[in-house]
Amino acid sequence: MTTTPLAARPGRAWWRVPPRHVPVLATAALLLVMYSIGVAQYQAFSNIQVVFNVFIDNGFLLVVAVGMTFVILTGGIDLSVGSVVAMTAMVSASLLGNGLHPALVLVIALLLGPILGFAMGCVIHFFDIQPFIVTLAGMFFARGVCTWISTTSIPITDGFWTSAAQHRIHLGENFVSVGALIAVAVVAVAAAVLAYTRLGRNVYAIGGNQQSALLMGLPVGRTKIAVYTISGLCSAIGGILLSFYTLSGAPLIAVGMELDVIAAVVIGGTLLTGGSGYVFGTLLGVLVLSIIQTLITFDGTLNSWWTKIVIGGLLFVFILLQRLVGIRTK
Amino acid sequence: MSERHPVLTMTAISKIFPGVRALDGVDLRLFPGEVHALMGENGAGKSTLIKVLTGVYGTDSGTITLDGDEVSFSGPMQATAAGVSTVYQEVNLLPNLSVAENIYIGREPRRLGAVNWREMRRRAQELLARIDLHIDVSELLGNYSLAVQQMVAIARAVDIRARVLILDEPTSSLDADEVAQLMRIMRQLRDDGIAIIFVTHFLDQVYAIADRITVLRNGRLVGEYLTSELPQIALVEKMIGKELDALERLDEATSGGDRATLEQGTPLVAADGLGRSGSVAPFSLTIHQGEVVGLAGLLGSGRTEVARLFFGADRADAGRLAVDGAPVAIRNPVAAIDRDIAFCSENRRTEGLVGELSVRENIILAMQAARGWLRPVPRRRQDELVQHWIKALSIRPADPEMPVRNLSGGNQQKVLLARWLITEPRLLILDEPTRGIDIGAKTEIQRLVAQLSDGGMAVLFISAELEEVLRLSHKVAVMRDRQLVTELTNDDSLDAARVMQVIASGSSQEGSVPA
Repeated sequence: MTTTPLAARPGRAWWRVPPRHVPVLATAALLLVMYSIGVAQYQAFSNIQVVFNVFIDNGFLLVVAVGMTFVILTGGIDLSVGSVVAMTAMVSASLLGNGLHPALVLVIALLLGPILGFAMGCVIHFFDIQPFIVTLAGMFFARGVCTWISTTSIPITDGFWTSAAQHRIHLGENFVSVGALIAVAVVAVAAAVLAYTRLGRNVYAIGGNQQSALLMGLPVGRTKIAVYTISGLCSAIGGILLSFYTLSGAPLIAVGMELDVIAAVVIGGTLLTGGSGYVFGTLLGVLVLSIIQTLITFDGTLNSWWTKIVIGGLLFVFILLQRLVGIRTK
Repeated sequence: MSERHPVLTMTAISKIFPGVRALDGVDLRLFPGEVHALMGENGAGKSTLIKVLTGVYGTDSGTITLDGDEVSFSGPMQATAAGVSTVYQEVNLLPNLSVAENIYIGREPRRLGAVNWREMRRRAQELLARIDLHIDVSELLGNYSLAVQQMVAIARAVDIRARVLILDEPTSSLDADEVAQLMRIMRQLRDDGIAIIFVTHFLDQVYAIADRITVLRNGRLVGEYLTSELPQIALVEKMIGKELDALERLDEATSGGDRATLEQGTPLVAADGLGRSGSVAPFSLTIHQGEVVGLAGLLGSGRTEVARLFFGADRADAGRLAVDGAPVAIRNPVAAIDRDIAFCSENRRTEGLVGELSVRENIILAMQAARGWLRPVPRRRQDELVQHWIKALSIRPADPEMPVRNLSGGNQQKVLLARWLITEPRLLILDEPTRGIDIGAKTEIQRLVAQLSDGGMAVLFISAELEEVLRLSHKVAVMRDRQLVTELTNDDSLDAARVMQVIASGSSQEGSVPA
């Protein structure tokens, strides 16, 4: 039998790293390099609290980026996340100001995002409209709701919120916030969902080839709607974390955040065309963005806009890297 | 035979699309443990019948029974669940996932609700071992050849406890070894009692494996036959519904060109050491006016790559190309079109035609591009041209405003040809123009090639079918392992066996023309 030519393994490079892991490894290497630079330059950088602060300061970004990873893995995009974060924070602040019980506020705030996400998912699936335009509409809608609630910032004085904001969970000599722990938990749950559940695998399938997924009998519509709902939920959680962090709801907070989030996901190695990427990569992507910020803060002389310049440059590099890896495997 | 019960019967199926009666009272019955070939020309209704069966389309009338129960599937998903699985020509799997996952996605073995990867890999390995395929199931599917992907698709279908397996032109993109492998798997499945519907254009394969043949023509049932009782020639007649003398007439048509006179003068196009690393080794090839040069070789031997270099679709990194004796650099397709070179791609759906646009718009496209967008082709002129070519190539249905994606494969190919022909190229590159199309359309296209070359057009003709290459070409260049190994003059002494030998061994002792 002439099985040999068929059974022959596809060609492998000498380094034997599967191409699909290259982007994540590149991000990890970059992170390592940047951290080393920080440690070499600034004494205080070696303090482990710097790392914890990254999670404390950017926990909300991480959670939202996890939701975005689901969406991008299906080949979609969700532009509404920043506005939904702001809306969640505004609604919480406003309801708390009206004296509603914090538990009830939490439930309401955590429902709004997923409901909007579900609605956008339905429109995207049933009417077969590009996610870009549907979530753009969602973005305007949620931002409108923010300013409709109030045009000015609403402070939060509720006891539960302030204690959640200020509570320090000590780990040896250092500490993390409640928000940081929630963010890490979200990452862990999301990673498990993507790797070990049918929903997660279907997300990859749709990103690979939606038509094929349909013909293979996979629940494409349900999965797509689920993905936008998950993104909405993550944005809602992100909004709560942001309100913990700032103890207020501001109508113009998190403007343009969706772009930071997309950048983090892409730098984390997820293909914008879908079907390839990991939540772990997104975590690395968020860390890279945060470390850049931290480095520039430590420097002290650089304008904070340098963060954007560096992120812009990195995005270019990573998109090119993905392209090159893609060509290699062809 | 009469004691057995068919696993599947389709009775008096009709399907009407706007303006077309795609199926008209078609019957099909399928017994367990048989390979049943579904034959017919393009547009005969094979694809429609299969789509009706698997629930992609609803029926306008008629019934389908599976194991005696009347069924009506809402889509491929439900059909698969009921045991009717389809493997398409374009493998509909997920290249970004592992082989194991492609087999089991949607039905993953789970433990405590979580996907059990280890169990999945073990089962996949076992399943593939049963069809003698020993590959790493944790590797991404996209890293394997099309043939392996197709076998994985079949493994998936079989594992869903398919009782009816539909193979829709599975062999179109496979080479001979791979086809043999596939046939072996088909026999094995048949012996396990699975009923297989086999759609193909390759008559040899039908006679090698099919037990029974159903022939369709123009949406109607011609008949159901036992393969052993239906000679090939009779089958072809039933498929095209007329005496098959077209091929013979064609032979007369091609004998007109005399090679000696063709060779005179400067070649229209001459490649000298042209090559591209990683794609095709440097080669030299000349094409004269009115000459048909056949490019033979196995799938993946570099045939298409040669064509792409001529057309500037890939950029050469070695050698020179001369048109009319003057050296030129063809860096992109626009430069090629400027020099009257036209290229009909083998992937007519992805690289050639725009499915949403109408037949007319698709035909006008290249001409419009050549004129530049500031000088639109007048509508009257468009209609004239399109009418002419629809008639000349007998494109069916003869409706210029029909979206191209609604046409059958053969007719799409003709539209693509028409597009390039109206630009009046001097060199026409045809990459697998007859693949996946029926014998009638095939003959028409071959005849057209012969006519064009008689009219002075140079043609680079690429095909996997040696008979076709030999019938049309004045000389045959043989590709092997991405090298042009030799050129053979197509005189009376050259036959398929000789070419085959060259393809297999990579050398020819005699009769080779120095390049």
